[in-house]
Amino acid sequence: MTARERARAVLDEGSFRELLGPFDRLESPWLPRQGIVPQSDDGVVIARGTFDGDRAVVAAIESAFQGGSMGEVSATKIACALDLARRDCNAGNTVRPILFLESGGVRLQEANLGLGAIAEIHAALVALRRLTPVVGVIAGPVGCFGGMSLAAALCTTLIVTREARLGMNGPEVIEQEAGITELDAADRRLVWSLIGGAQRHATGFADVLVDDHLPDVGRALREAFARGTPPRHRSADVDRYLARLHDLARTADGDAVASLTPDDLRAAWPREHTDDR
Amino acid sequence: MEQLLFEYPDRKPIDRRAHAGVVGSGDLEVLLEPSPDGALHVRVRTSVDGYGQVWKNVIDRFATRFEGAATIEINDFGATPGTVMLRLEQAAERIRA
Amino acid sequence: MTAEPTSRGRVWFEIFAQGGTVVPSGAASVLVADAPLPDAPLPDAPLPDAPLPDAPLPDAPLTGTTARVLAVVPDPHNPFPRARGGEVGLLEGWTLARHVRAAIDADTADETEPPGPRRPLLAIVDVTSQAYGRREEMLGIHLACAAAADAYAAARLAGHPVIALLVGKAMSGAFLAHGYQANRILALDAPGVVVHAMGPEAAARVTRRTVDDLHRLVEANLPMAYDIRSYRKLGFLHALLDGIDADAPTPAQVSRVRSAVAQAIDDARRGPRDLSNRLASPEAMHARAASLEVRRRLAEQWDER
Repeated sequence: MTARERARAVLDEGSFRELLGPFDRLESPWLPRQGIVPQSDDGVVIARGTFDGDRAVVAAIESAFQGGSMGEVSATKIACALDLARRDCNAGNTVRPILFLESGGVRLQEANLGLGAIAEIHAALVALRRLTPVVGVIAGPVGCFGGMSLAAALCTTLIVTREARLGMNGPEVIEQEAGITELDAADRRLVWSLIGGAQRHATGFADVLVDDHLPDVGRALREAFARGTPPRHRSADVDRYLARLHDLARTADGDAVASLTPDDLRAAWPREHTDDR
Repeated sequence: MEQLLFEYPDRKPIDRRAHAGVVGSGDLEVLLEPSPDGALHVRVRTSVDGYGQVWKNVIDRFATRFEGAATIEINDFGATPGTVMLRLEQAAERIRA
Repeated sequence: MTAEPTSRGRVWFEIFAQGGTVVPSGAASVLVADAPLPDAPLPDAPLPDAPLPDAPLPDAPLTGTTARVLAVVPDPHNPFPRARGGEVGLLEGWTLARHVRAAIDADTADETEPPGPRRPLLAIVDVTSQAYGRREEMLGIHLACAAAADAYAAARLAGHPVIALLVGKAMSGAFLAHGYQANRILALDAPGVVVHAMGPEAAARVTRRTVDDLHRLVEANLPMAYDIRSYRKLGFLHALLDGIDADAPTPAQVSRVRSAVAQAIDDARRGPRDLSNRLASPEAMHARAASLEVRRRLAEQWDER
């Protein structure tokens, strides 16, 4: 499914209205200068509509275009949509934000502008999620990496599929930077055992594991909005995670968790019910 | 990246616009909208240089099937002629629907 | 300091921690102190221009607020080996979050009437990258970095002036975690002060270019540049401070940087609590014209029916 198809499908039938769509032609000003063909929406679809009858906004990243990388325009579209949703929520007109986060992270051709705009997405998420749950979905095998993995971590609820991956550094980058003994990026089974959707769900880094099937995603979204905003978001659960890390460091003798396996982690950091946070 | 322009005069007015495809590997996006001057204009930006004649053949063929006075923009990321024709037909179909 | 590796982060942390209290952070790679900072710019008193250890700082009118100063520094004994060189890893992200949130909580609990101004937070930024490792990924380094960004953003929204002072590298995810949520970003105009999404060697590999090709491309593409003067042209900086020796500043240079930090705190207190000032600079009008157009047109279309 393309990002536009996902955005249209998740909203109530007939309610999809795209903002800054292809014919607005807000493409990247930087890619053509480097001889790279741009896309007319810069790879992000912003759509308003209703979800279950409530006002909603969807931001969906098109992973097929430049690996879902975030450039100046694409990242700013997301940041601005979240800011406008916050303005409406503050005025008492709740808008339900839904994010499809299929992204390799910063687009290197727009390096510092992409990074700076991703910081604006983080700022917008922290401000908005106090007013309404912000729900992120990582569905496809491209996964969610780099600065956008922080955005996923800042969502109130994160929905993933088994095919999804969530990590800060892509496996290839880790192999390049730290060597193949650190991580063999070609070992798909290993990569998914570390950062795949099922593992992220089992260890509490994601909240809901679904099949990439629209009714399932819709049900998970509905439940996430019904739960409302938690007293403490996962990214603010500082004491719990620091205690866990210090426990690992204490027991590991100089080189923390050298032998910790993904299965060990499932036992050590079991997922708790979302309502318990 | 290479830019190509094609023009076909004396077409019939259209009143809708349509979009199809993504600029992904082996794919392309097509933006089709009414042209004000009665001609069909096609602008191609492609990541693969040196295939001007192949493009001309595909667009010529499409222009024999599609009579609208349209401005068409194509952003291509290495699509085959078959995929190009498929996306053009999809966009044309959407303005007829 | 004895066997600790020197780093610009440590040099500038110690400068700003002077006269204050070091807070045990729980991680050797994260330095935290509560230290006095002037509220308003210091008078431009002439100072002896000698290296720091030889000449103690003159008594400055440090009557203003106490700021919380935070830095990430190399720790050769870090229990996580991939974070021993000054990277932001798991412990660093969560530990920064802890001490930023502690400052928020302390000021929230302050029940004096009327409530005093929220204490400033000063992030000394010299972070080479996020930690690249298999265990880091498994244990959720993305969440650790998000926790730090979240804490800084929460502090800013609560009314704390959050200032980032770039004295060395401000790279990628590490900068997103430590500094990029600040109300005001200051930087030293010195060699080695670098902002980027990826180091040139790795960026060349990922984009399948040679490092030389990459540098040629960088020259023609402002957002890809590594040096701080190019970064200033993007409009994110509140101030770029020239003529400062980033490794061994003189007392006069230190005084100028302190004044600039104090001015930025003052400015932040008077401005909005969001990041909108980064788009209001003359540089942003030019370099981020597309960002501004996106924001203008998206707002126009938001309520259209």
